[in-house]
Amino acid sequence: MRFLSLPIAATSLVLVFFTACSESDPSKSLLITGSSTVAPVVADAAQRYEKENPGLRIDVQTGGSSRGISDSRSGLAQLGMASRALKADENDIDAETIAMDGVCLIVHKDNPVKGLSRDEIAAIYQKKKSNWAEFGASNADIVVASKAEGRATLEVFLGYTNLDSADIQADVIVGENQQAIKTVAGNPNAIAYVSIGAAASEAKAGTPIKLIYIDGIEPTTENVAKGTFPITRPLNVITKGEGTELSRAFLEYLKSDKIRDIIETHLYVPVSQ
Amino acid sequence: MSRSLSDCILKSSLGFAALLSGSVIVAVIAFLFHEAWPALSSGKLSHFLTDLKWQPGSDRDPQYGIAPMILASILVTLLASLIAIPLGVGGAIFQQFYAPTFLGNIHDRLLELLAGIPSVIFGFWGLTVLVPAINKWHPPGQSLLAAALVLALMILPTVGLTSRSAIRSLDPGLLQGAAALGIGRPSMILRVILPAAFQGIGSGCLLAIARAVGETLAVVMVCGNIAQIPHSVFDPVRPITSTIALEMGYASSDHRALLYASGLILVVMTGALVGWQSFRREPLTPSQKG
Repeated sequence: MRFLSLPIAATSLVLVFFTACSESDPSKSLLITGSSTVAPVVADAAQRYEKENPGLRIDVQTGGSSRGISDSRSGLAQLGMASRALKADENDIDAETIAMDGVCLIVHKDNPVKGLSRDEIAAIYQKKKSNWAEFGASNADIVVASKAEGRATLEVFLGYTNLDSADIQADVIVGENQQAIKTVAGNPNAIAYVSIGAAASEAKAGTPIKLIYIDGIEPTTENVAKGTFPITRPLNVITKGEGTELSRAFLEYLKSDKIRDIIETHLYVPVSQ
Repeated sequence: MSRSLSDCILKSSLGFAALLSGSVIVAVIAFLFHEAWPALSSGKLSHFLTDLKWQPGSDRDPQYGIAPMILASILVTLLASLIAIPLGVGGAIFQQFYAPTFLGNIHDRLLELLAGIPSVIFGFWGLTVLVPAINKWHPPGQSLLAAALVLALMILPTVGLTSRSAIRSLDPGLLQGAAALGIGRPSMILRVILPAAFQGIGSGCLLAIARAVGETLAVVMVCGNIAQIPHSVFDPVRPITSTIALEMGYASSDHRALLYASGLILVVMTGALVGWQSFRREPLTPSQKG
């Protein structure tokens, strides 16, 4: 029987482990889900908060702004993350802005185009203008990269260009910011829109992409902070009702100056107090 | 402890393991049905097949056409198989009949290594190396061709390794008989080995095709994800798996139910492959008949 006792012991150990895990104490643990744009900031802040308050456990999971909203609404997560403002029909939950982000347009580093206006961007994304020669660059078809349905970045972009998602005539549809950046880096004729934070840090790391001016405004975190850059969005933490003591305390922490450096490391803009 | 008791414990725990793995797939399919039910029951299913475009997020003109995606899943799989099967089977024959032992061993280890590479690595390689190369040839690079090439690489080890073991497990008497008759190596391979190993090689190919239909992570990075009917291999396409991966985390209500329904279609496609395989399995292998 010895050959059976080992697996049985192992199984019971695993079962005990899972039971221990599922017994989460709401005053000691916190689950946060949602936008992959907000998550890096919240995850870093959570790590620091756990270090300052030993014995606490904060889990940060990504899955998009919509998940953040639905999870906090259903109570599955105590806090949600969303990289867009709440819609009018989402009035049963509250949003607290912890930082601001800009959405910028990127082209390949070798593309001579310096900037585009809102009308030009809308024309490119509807394929009304489809050649770079129309913008003073070399004669080549523009490869239009857009984001998949439901992404917060797409919604922000549609809001800015005043387009419907059915108007967009894309050559490539991408998911994550990274996929958009890699697409442009590998294609001299591509254009895409991504979070300024993600684009600026990649460009700084030597990826061959260029952040272009929009309506004559340079896409920098300073201009997002000043409010002059035209495509911005709030990075929100979503709450429903009162929340637990820990969720309220952590939300206050996220809004405080204590994580200002974390927000700046991720190239987002802290909300001025 | 008595022998019969330990046998009884072993039997019941093994039975439990078998029951668990068998019932999980039933549970998954039941879950898919449950989640897809709003779409199946509301008559949205007709949109599924008759709408020409996929724009579920549009406020002005929501459309839910899935036909281009079914076509894309089939085309990507077909093209990948056309590339991988000759390479895999050819490699297995070379390894068994022509290659020196050390070269054959290296070939084997490399295929096994290829089988172990995570699909996200294939995806990033495709996006940063393959796609720019295809783009130089014919923009935009993200295309049916890129997806098929990446997929072909991923299913190549399955085809190669199963073909090898199918050939290796042939009755040695078959080869000796052929040699005794003075048949040359080329015609022995074509007329004796391949027909005899056809069953095993075919099973491996079907396994590879089933994997190709379901592969997601690498494909979503290189296929371009435009839901359209492609006019050439350089056009971007969007297989069903890509749609689910891109939109599931962000979808709600009808859109979400339709994504689950498209998942069901995927299961039906794989199920058809499995069904076909068990149907074509004959009671006797050709070597036994001979």
